[in-house]
Amino acid sequence: MATILINGQSREVAADPSTPLLWVIRDIVGLTGTKFGCGIAQCGACTVHLDGVPVRACSTLLSSVGSKAVTTIEGVAASDAQVVQQAWIEQQVPQCGYCQSGQIMSAVALLEQKPSPTDADIDAAMQGNVCRCGTYLRIRAAIHRAAEMKRASA
Amino acid sequence: MKHFMNQLQPKASEPSSVSRRDFVRVSLVLGGGLMITVAGCGPNGEELADGPSGGTSLSPNAFVRIDPQGRVTVISKHLEMGQGAYTGLATIIAEELDADWSSVSVVGAGASDTLYGNSTIGGMQGTGGSSAIANSYDQHRKAGATARAMLIAAAAKQWKVNARELTTEPGVVIHAASERRAPYGTLVSAAAAMPVPATVPLKGPKNFRYIGKSKGTPRVDGVAKGNGTAIFTQDVKLPGMLTALVAHAPLFGATVKSFDATQSKAVQGVIDVVQIPTGVAVLADNFWAAKLGRDALVVEWDTSVANTAGSKEIMASFHALAGTKGMPIRNDGNAEQAIAGAARTVEASYEFPFLAHAAMEPLNCVVDLRKDGATVYNGNQFPTIDQAAVAKVCGLTQEQVTMETVFAGGSFGRRANPKSDYVVEAATIAKAIDGRAPVKLVWTREDDMGAGYFRPAMLHVMKGGLDKSGNAVAWWQRVIGQSMMAGTMFESKDGKDASSYEGASDHVYAIPSVFLDTHYPKVGVPVQWWRSVGHTHTAFAVEAFIDEMAQAAGTDPLAFRRELLAKDPRRLAVLNLAAKESGWGTPLPAGRARGIAVHKSFDTYVAEVAEVSLVGGTPRVHRVTCAVDCGIVVNPDIVRAQMESAIAFGLSAALYGKIDIEGGRVVSNNFDRYRVLRQREMPTVDVHIVPSTEKPTGVGEPGTPPIAPAVANALLALTGKPTRSLPFVG
Repeated sequence: MATILINGQSREVAADPSTPLLWVIRDIVGLTGTKFGCGIAQCGACTVHLDGVPVRACSTLLSSVGSKAVTTIEGVAASDAQVVQQAWIEQQVPQCGYCQSGQIMSAVALLEQKPSPTDADIDAAMQGNVCRCGTYLRIRAAIHRAAEMKRASA
Repeated sequence: MKHFMNQLQPKASEPSSVSRRDFVRVSLVLGGGLMITVAGCGPNGEELADGPSGGTSLSPNAFVRIDPQGRVTVISKHLEMGQGAYTGLATIIAEELDADWSSVSVVGAGASDTLYGNSTIGGMQGTGGSSAIANSYDQHRKAGATARAMLIAAAAKQWKVNARELTTEPGVVIHAASERRAPYGTLVSAAAAMPVPATVPLKGPKNFRYIGKSKGTPRVDGVAKGNGTAIFTQDVKLPGMLTALVAHAPLFGATVKSFDATQSKAVQGVIDVVQIPTGVAVLADNFWAAKLGRDALVVEWDTSVANTAGSKEIMASFHALAGTKGMPIRNDGNAEQAIAGAARTVEASYEFPFLAHAAMEPLNCVVDLRKDGATVYNGNQFPTIDQAAVAKVCGLTQEQVTMETVFAGGSFGRRANPKSDYVVEAATIAKAIDGRAPVKLVWTREDDMGAGYFRPAMLHVMKGGLDKSGNAVAWWQRVIGQSMMAGTMFESKDGKDASSYEGASDHVYAIPSVFLDTHYPKVGVPVQWWRSVGHTHTAFAVEAFIDEMAQAAGTDPLAFRRELLAKDPRRLAVLNLAAKESGWGTPLPAGRARGIAVHKSFDTYVAEVAEVSLVGGTPRVHRVTCAVDCGIVVNPDIVRAQMESAIAFGLSAALYGKIDIEGGRVVSNNFDRYRVLRQREMPTVDVHIVPSTEKPTGVGEPGTPPIAPAVANALLALTGKPTRSLPFVG
């Protein structure tokens, strides 16, 4: 039995320490916004935050989480990530939508680090998040728009 | 009928946003019998309308329902897999119904060819061929207009006025003379008692409020897909459900000889291990236990009849056929004679690899088998085909199988498998455990990419002839590749498979002698359609070869095309529009070049100009200018989004897409070895839509075919050398 701090709440989870965090989140905690895409940290669909840092949950073992705060798309909705989600809607980003939780988690982390990211910053931060629908242009536009909205409200 | 409760109820999240969304709802559709829908979501992520509970709803047909609260539920006969079908179909209905868009939500329809058939695919229910809007436009306008007419009739009766004195504004019937207004919700009970009119007037396009407008109809699934609440098959949870992973054969055609599940069953959480025709299934109470259980299996495979050929050997076998006569498809004039007598000839062979669909959501399917029936939860692209297949496996009648359609995390054609491969596998596992628990079959990425049903590898062999003035006089083409229709219900009696030659045999370049024939070698690799089907390779062969002929003629490739397309005004129009908007002919920075291609698929015309440079010998696509003519446009922003998407998808394949098979084994079975386009490689895309009053045609696929040849043609302009083998990188 391990205890993890997820979306601000402490949860006891009955899982082997070698279980990937993704399956703890999805099958034990029961939050399904974090997606399974590749299982080898190549597509970013499972991106969550550990103490605010984006990680691929499919390749993060439960044993390595420790006391770090886990934030998923469900938890990030309560924070200023709402501005990112608003920008996502303004730009009509999602198509199939399966990768978008991960995209948004990467984008939120980027904007925390760089409030005014350049295109190159966006490329670097988002390179690990695959979108097979090819929404990349709108993702870029939405990140710029979210940055603009965050600056305006600051 | 089993309701499934929301099990993802998280203490740690916001319960209000997800608390009721993933209930399955049962509702009666007037005249349509029992229909079940999985909850969808409205434009603001709100709960969808609940159907008849709490008063009589107005359900004049199988496509729209209005409840006493005025909430409008559109029932989509098409799968939403990213292409915007839910929003497009709802836009059409909302237009004629004069609905308030914020009150509109969409749910997936059940399985029924009778109610939900697609006229472009012979009346079968299905999502494919870029046909959702094309086959629904008239039908859904009438569906919306019928509901509106009944609401007006109810108001007229209530107010004792002539219906002709009544008008509507979104969600409200109005009698201007007496300044009376009635919200739709207040009228539905009375409207439901009105006769369903046989004919209804439709709006004139100048009165359109939503159709053709860029604002006003944001995607109905936009909010849920940005906050993690959208439910895909992967997210479906049923009480007691088990997750199944299957150990599949390492080679296509291999079968289980024997297996030892001792270690597998020792894994905590593993419930059962069963042999099925496609392998050995491990059932566990969660994914990770099933994965560990599968890893611990020891399986001996019978490979005696399995495919052991690799992709290189398969392509070599195609080349061996290139010199032999195939099945003739087109023969205008005498191409061989014209080539023999031509002043200049051009020859080229274009090679295309196997491609995976590689949708973000690996394949999966939930089957809840009970004594009296079964329920399938899936991104159903072919719901009635899958329904019949599940019924057969489970020994049920088709009517006993309920199809619940949830969002698909992409598909690109893969979830429309004529043999219902993964759906049958899920049903087979449910049957193997006698329906003791609902089963969620999950394929890992490696399972998904390794299971085949690839876009087939293809070889096009081309010869062209030019006269001494540089006019094209002959075109000779031989297409070699596996038939994707063979062995399916779509196989044609004469053995021809249009997916090998559509877009090539019917090319409209005005050349006096045109010949095309085909070979369909048998290959032991499962193949299937992939976004734009045959056009994925035929457009490349035709458009790249046209540029090679233009080069041989010493003519600008745009001018060369214009000359040969003079009698095809719609094709010419997109060609000219893309050329103009791209700045064709104007100077570019050193080291950059433009390439152009134009193609019609699924009755939509698309031209694209790619601006390309070489960075360290690798193509870099900077900008794509796209012109599209898809007839009447329902949602312009979705048309733009689909062009962007199709270009990204086609460019991904052109630059990187290749399934490598070695010794029969698929070695490129995850994103580390099957490279796909990422953020940094995405070019700028400018989409220009041709205004049109022609009937609407599709946009999901037609943006894909022209991008690969446009890039290849830019490389030809840049280097003088043709690019004849895909992908271009690696």
